Amino acid sequence: MTVSFLILAILTVAGTAAAMGLRNAVHCVLALTVGFAGVAALYLQLGAQFVGFTQIMVYVGAVAILAVFAIMMTHTPTPVQLPAYSPHWFWGGIVAAAVFAVLAWAIRSGTASAQALPPQPDINVQQIGDALMHRYVLPLEIMGLLLTAALIGAVVIAMDRKEEPK
Amino acid sequence: MILTPQTLDQIFPIAKHWLLGFVPATAQPLASAILSVVPILIAFPLLFAITTWLERKGLGRMQNRLGPNRTGPFGLLQPIADAVKSLTKEDIVPITADHVVHFLAPLVLVAAAFLAYAVLPIGRNMVLVNMNAGVLFFFAIGSTVELSVFMAGWSSRSKYSLLGAMRAVAQMISYEIPMVLATIVIIMQAGSLSTVSIVDKQAAYTGIFPHWFVFTPWGFMGFALFMIAATAESNRSPFDLPEGESEIIAGYYIEYSGFKFALFFLGEYLGMFATSGLAITLFLGGWSAPFSFLTWIPSYVWFFLKLLTLIAAFIWIRGTLPRLRMDQLMNLAWKYVLPMALINMLVAGIWHFMPTGPARWLVCTALLAAPCILLSLALKRKKRFQVRTYRFAE
Repeated sequence: MTVSFLILAILTVAGTAAAMGLRNAVHCVLALTVGFAGVAALYLQLGAQFVGFTQIMVYVGAVAILAVFAIMMTHTPTPVQLPAYSPHWFWGGIVAAAVFAVLAWAIRSGTASAQALPPQPDINVQQIGDALMHRYVLPLEIMGLLLTAALIGAVVIAMDRKEEPK
Repeated sequence: MILTPQTLDQIFPIAKHWLLGFVPATAQPLASAILSVVPILIAFPLLFAITTWLERKGLGRMQNRLGPNRTGPFGLLQPIADAVKSLTKEDIVPITADHVVHFLAPLVLVAAAFLAYAVLPIGRNMVLVNMNAGVLFFFAIGSTVELSVFMAGWSSRSKYSLLGAMRAVAQMISYEIPMVLATIVIIMQAGSLSTVSIVDKQAAYTGIFPHWFVFTPWGFMGFALFMIAATAESNRSPFDLPEGESEIIAGYYIEYSGFKFALFFLGEYLGMFATSGLAITLFLGGWSAPFSFLTWIPSYVWFFLKLLTLIAAFIWIRGTLPRLRMDQLMNLAWKYVLPMALINMLVAGIWHFMPTGPARWLVCTALLAAPCILLSLALKRKKRFQVRTYRFAE
């Protein structure tokens, strides 16, 4: 565990924790963005440039902006004063701890952790591009078609109906 | 040591290597990073200072006035006077503002603007980091600028700044798509996302003419689309709606004063230089000379000459074109620039698979010119041009 990993991990955890704990919705989004950026930096530290930059582009550049826009569009004049902690925090905490314990136990006792790690493959962006364009070209095209359909659907929903001439 | 063109070209890498010799081996990575970063932190803000003077002088010339002429010869010391003014001004923060976010917004903007320079090859062997996903890095960093603009507009708690931020974010999102699509043709042709290898591909000559990507039909179209999108991304006239002085005063940074305002100004100009730098890298051959007999001039000189040319073009456009309306802005992005970028990608593919010769020049030019003209005609068809009547102001 290196120093840079520790700093990034603290940043990520603090950001996402603040996103849950803060009152103001815009503050929550900004804190979550710090978490996203921390995850991206962790990817970069692992040498996964493509994933890291895509994480920044998609989550910081698009998802955070989308969330912020959604908050602005649906903004109520007086913000609802809800307590930051749910009254069921105790049971919620127990469930969360139990899920974490089961997952940790499964990972620790599973076969994956016992095997020696294979040497890290040196994957660069070009290889990812080649794989997407040759081996996985059909899934890629299907995803593209799906996203285009979603885009057109969104435009159709948002489009003004032509009003009847008076 | 004899000063040959080669040593003059490589004088900065050589100097860095020489300076690193004085540092103990354990501190060398850190010292190397500092020695690479500091020149960028000095050179580009300096260019910003020169550009503010050039812009005010140039605009003044176009508007038939003198421009700054009180400080120093030809008003050359104006940037220094501006800096002193903005440093000594009171820092006013609105009482209802969100103080933390209000404080962070200009810092995020300037940090993101500087980060973009990490992948720009300023000269031969003069790039901060040669990443094999360099272009992707550039756009990833560019997308964080939107967030800082939103932070500034929202945290000021002012209607004008919020309106400005909404306009800015909507505009940046709309023009980011054609911008990325316009660069894809280059990536297709160069087969790499690394800015260094993209420039290397263009630094070859046929006769005396270089292999710049702008000298192909798809490259020229890509360059034009990229520059339109770059103007919109950097919020410059005719796409300066987010700050439109006559409508919403100064947009998202209206509630900033003193040095924070100067930081916004700096961040905006740095962003413009960085996108121009990327345009140079992708389309105009980066640091390579425009003719083979001019290669003796150092590579960084060519980069900055090209950058200054693009800046001059930006100033010229600002002095020439009026501001667009919001619907015109969106129509241009989604109905003209985006379809043309998609068609351009198709043409680049056709170019790649056709045999070299005049035939592919003809086919590709025709394939680009026809949709370009047809789209313009189709967009103009429904418009009725008439003398505008005003309902409220007579």
